[in-house]
Amino acid sequence: MRQIPMREPDTLLEVRDLATHFFTDEGVVRAVDGASFDIPRGKTLCIVGESGSGKSVMARAVMGLTRAPGRVVGGSVLWCPDQDGQATDLATLHGNSRAYRAIRGPEIGMIFQEPMAALSPVHTIGTQLAESVRSRHAVSKRETRERGIEALARVGIPEPAARYDQYGFELSGGMRQRAMIAMALAAEPKLLIADEPTTALDVTTQAGILDLILDLQSETGMTVMFITHDLGVVAEIADSVAVMYLGRVVEHADVDTAFHAPAHPYTEALLRALPSIHAKTGERLAAIPGMVPHPFARPAGCAFHPRCHRFRPGLCETREPENVPVAPGHGARCLLLKPARKAAAE
Amino acid sequence: MSRARTDPATAEQAAASAALGAPVAPTRVHVAGQWRLMWWKFRKHRLALWSGVLVLLIYVVALFAPFVAPKDPNDYASAYLYAPPMPVEVSLRGPQGEFGLFFKSYELTATTDPLTLEKTYVINRDALVPLGFFAPTEPYSMLGLPMNRVLFGPVNYEQPFYLLGADRLGRDVYSRVIHGTRVSMTVGLVGVLISLVLGIVLGGISGYFGGFVDDAVQRTIEFLKSIPTIPLWMGLAAAIPTVWSPIAVYFMVTVILSLVGWTGLAREVRGRFMALKSEDFVTAARLDGCSEMRIVLRHMVPSFASHIIATLTLAIPTMILAETALSFLGIGLRPPVVSWGVLLQEAQNIRTIATAPWLFAPGVAVVVSVLALNFLGDGLRDAADPYA
Amino acid sequence: MTEMLLEIRDLCKHYPLGGPGLLRRRAVPVVRAVDRVSFDIAEGETLSLVGESGCGKTTLGKTIMRAHPATSGEMRYRRADGSIVDLGRLDGAALKAAHREIRMIFQDPNGSLNPRLSVRDIVGEPLRVRRIAQGAALEKRVAELLEKVGLRPEYLHRYPHAFSGGERQRIGIARALALDPRLVVADEAVSALDVSIQAQTLNLLSDLKSEFGLTFLFIAHDLSVVRHISDRVAVMYVGRMVELAKTEALFTRPRHPYTEALMSSVPIPDPRLRRARKRIRLAGEVASPINSPSGCAFHPRCPYATEICVRDVPQLRPTGGGLAACHHAETLELAGVSHIAEGAE
Ligand SMILES: Nc1ncnc2c1ncn2[C@@H]1O[C@H](COP(=O)(O)OP(=O)(O)O)[C@@H](O)[C@H]1O
Ligand SMILES: Nc1ncnc2c1ncn2[C@@H]1O[C@H](COP(=O)(O)OP(=O)(O)O)[C@@H](O)[C@H]1O
Ligand code: SF4
Ligand SMILES: [Mg+2]
Ligand SMILES: [Mg+2]
Repeated sequence: MRQIPMREPDTLLEVRDLATHFFTDEGVVRAVDGASFDIPRGKTLCIVGESGSGKSVMARAVMGLTRAPGRVVGGSVLWCPDQDGQATDLATLHGNSRAYRAIRGPEIGMIFQEPMAALSPVHTIGTQLAESVRSRHAVSKRETRERGIEALARVGIPEPAARYDQYGFELSGGMRQRAMIAMALAAEPKLLIADEPTTALDVTTQAGILDLILDLQSETGMTVMFITHDLGVVAEIADSVAVMYLGRVVEHADVDTAFHAPAHPYTEALLRALPSIHAKTGERLAAIPGMVPHPFARPAGCAFHPRCHRFRPGLCETREPENVPVAPGHGARCLLLKPARKAAAE
Repeated sequence: MSRARTDPATAEQAAASAALGAPVAPTRVHVAGQWRLMWWKFRKHRLALWSGVLVLLIYVVALFAPFVAPKDPNDYASAYLYAPPMPVEVSLRGPQGEFGLFFKSYELTATTDPLTLEKTYVINRDALVPLGFFAPTEPYSMLGLPMNRVLFGPVNYEQPFYLLGADRLGRDVYSRVIHGTRVSMTVGLVGVLISLVLGIVLGGISGYFGGFVDDAVQRTIEFLKSIPTIPLWMGLAAAIPTVWSPIAVYFMVTVILSLVGWTGLAREVRGRFMALKSEDFVTAARLDGCSEMRIVLRHMVPSFASHIIATLTLAIPTMILAETALSFLGIGLRPPVVSWGVLLQEAQNIRTIATAPWLFAPGVAVVVSVLALNFLGDGLRDAADPYA
Repeated sequence: MTEMLLEIRDLCKHYPLGGPGLLRRRAVPVVRAVDRVSFDIAEGETLSLVGESGCGKTTLGKTIMRAHPATSGEMRYRRADGSIVDLGRLDGAALKAAHREIRMIFQDPNGSLNPRLSVRDIVGEPLRVRRIAQGAALEKRVAELLEKVGLRPEYLHRYPHAFSGGERQRIGIARALALDPRLVVADEAVSALDVSIQAQTLNLLSDLKSEFGLTFLFIAHDLSVVRHISDRVAVMYVGRMVELAKTEALFTRPRHPYTEALMSSVPIPDPRLRRARKRIRLAGEVASPINSPSGCAFHPRCPYATEICVRDVPQLRPTGGGLAACHHAETLELAGVSHIAEGAE
């Protein structure tokens, strides 16, 4: 197990240059290709990006759940520094190792877009909850049940005692997602990774789930990594935002900056393309031209350049942009940006 | 405010140019239809690919059996009862010392143990049997063509040649296995074709119309499925009159085998129909103004044709095994018909196992062809949906 | 004033649960997926249909398309020649003729395109079966249609698997346009698309609308999208229409508590509004269309419910310029979304 000093002591998770590639018959898919971000303790980071930008693959890499033909080929996942600021590099652990299993679940909980895929069809909600409870506390059978029912009640499931003995498929979509959250939280994890947990739900149900996550967070002080493609959801719950495009984090900022003073042209374009509930009927949308390129055909230079409205010929297609720290806690990968100090000097 | 809209004119231009995008060179994947995609997927499945080649080879052998077999399957020789396989030697020098690839074997002579009366054969090094490709034989006809050569056999057709030994009448087991391929491999094929017709018609009707028709067909299938297969086959086969010609018996056996086989296929077809009926692309075809016939033939059948082919391939080995079992028990095909099951009947007692194990050759043929068909079927099933 | 194109009156679509069997002959419970819905669509207008999933939007769309028969009700459609027909009573050639004018865009661009047919065969199918075009003429027409929806005409011979989700949806749009329709039923046509592609597709739909004078029945669940595209909005809850109003009016001052709740649940991409917003959080879940609650189906979740709501079924009636089915529609002061924007300035 490799110990590496963390840059900031109050950071819970720091991902540096993480790369996960899929070695398929047709070629190598660079699903995540040098993603970096960090999450301070007790805060919510939203990872946002269009489908195929590598959000789920990245989350699975953090959890040590990368599946073949995928492999983590580089970077580090620094987890939870001790008093001396030394953090464990999870990327060096084997996904099935005892050390990882002691972290995944008890320390890092996860909920998915499709709760049905994660809920066992042959075990009751209770059985699965009990497992979660016992991973953290050695308690009696009766107390496990009590704690499980309490966990269901806490996530707003009506008649929790009855639900405890039901199966996942007997619940509605929203209730299932609540049960998943109860399971993830019963182990009292330090970090909750939520991969599009509300994408399949109606707005009314989604609003309830988002409120629930916010409430639980202020109650327990847990850290949240929330993955979504919906910028509206980001604005509702994020403290900071990481925008992904083709496997990289192209912008990383606190939520107000990301929405009101984005530095990267992609973030800007995404915000403009959103239909607004305050619009006038018939108002045209500022669409982003083109499409997300196929992962095999990643454009040279800045991967966003064929769609970029600030494209500068001769520059953007020739050099790969580095992360530019435009302000404290705000970075973006764009060749047109200047670092904060240099900009001030000029 | 950052959410201010861009100038509508530029937005429009951007959208228009975006929509058309840069011309992308069409790759072959883009324009590949379903069969091509399936072939690409199937190709990756090595075992299935080679099994497919083997199955093809077996059917080629079946088609050209008289040409492939060195001897007539019914030729007998009293000097060669239960004779073991003859050794085949390969040399690079001919009798006159010329270079080339030459095959030869030797005749066998029998000695009888005076006490046990057991016959033992020894190789007679003096009686050479030169072998060769396209060896001349007595004239015969194959698929209506007059022929007078075989693929591989003794250069002088009067000479004996037992590659896999002889049976109790001194007939060539190798030639008999080759000829048995014809009946054994086609029983499955014909049986499956009969099942196919029944299965598609009844399954299709059942799945497409639903309601009462569906109920009736499904109950019939359940009834047929509830009858134990082996006793049903045995009962029906035993009822075939012994006086019938071999052709009639052969046909009856295939019908009996397919009687049970069609139910599985009908269910498969019905299931696919049911699933496809509620697909949006079928609704779209209906709204396009397609007739029911066109919806079924153009929009639905191509979606499951590949699955049906895979299911069929997997049904053939079951039928081959069933034929073998029935004939082995003496209630399927009977001599003089030559099939693997009939041949295996010869190997029914313990004595044979000890003294003439080569009589199991047809059993090996059964195992190989059944395995090859199963591997092929598995590969086809995996490739059947190239869009998964 | 533009003329009415489609008038729906008391339309019902009930699905029997289980269905009659060979041996079963008893009354079966029904799913009231669409229950006594009435509305009009004027020529050239875009009417949006919103509501939570399972409230019957797709069923309503497909009933109008006659993808399945209606249980009861009338669907009066004014044909291009001015004659009025009841879509529910058409069959054979007359139905086929009506389907030339009314076309559908499906929600799922993957399920609605046959993966085994090339783009030419998919888009050209309606032209071919109606003997409108064949051979080279067909290819030319399909190429034109592809260009119209922003796809390269060279893509004619490609199969759906060679396209991205957004492009596939464009193929579906091209198919709908193939017969020069008058009315297009678009069922969640942009819901499955990513933001950047969704914006392109919405722009495309409004361009096509003005170019061909199309009328849209636009089914959606995203209120922001609806605000952009519609002239009027109809809100459904458990198979019934609860509100119908002009877009502006609906968004500034909804008349039905369910509409208000829906609007207040929409996440707004502005973090500064997070605290400024007044929120209504609905308790419980969408009622079941099998045995919906007595009185107003929304009463178990409604923050304004009174006794009468439990007892009587509210009828859809004129309220403040639109229609609303709430006993208290006139007296409630419900909040729309406009005040949120003001709060942010
Ligand atoms: N098992 C896999 N094999 C090959 N490619 C994969 C696999 N899983 C994901 N990918 C690729 O990785 C990229 C990122 O996927 P994903 O992380 O699921 O995106 P999202 O941001 O929508 O969650 C996609 O281009 C996808 O094609
Ligand atoms: N074929 C069917 N048989 C029985 N019930 C159905 C069928 N199709 C839809 N339903 C039911 O009808 C209701 C409305 O469904 P739908 O029209 O798909 O809703 P929406 O499009 O608004 O999400 C749902 O409760 C659904 O379960
Ligand atoms: S680097 Fe250039 S192309 Fe890339 S996002 Fe920045 S401006 Fe656009
Ligand atoms: Mg994902
Ligand atoms: Mg729907």
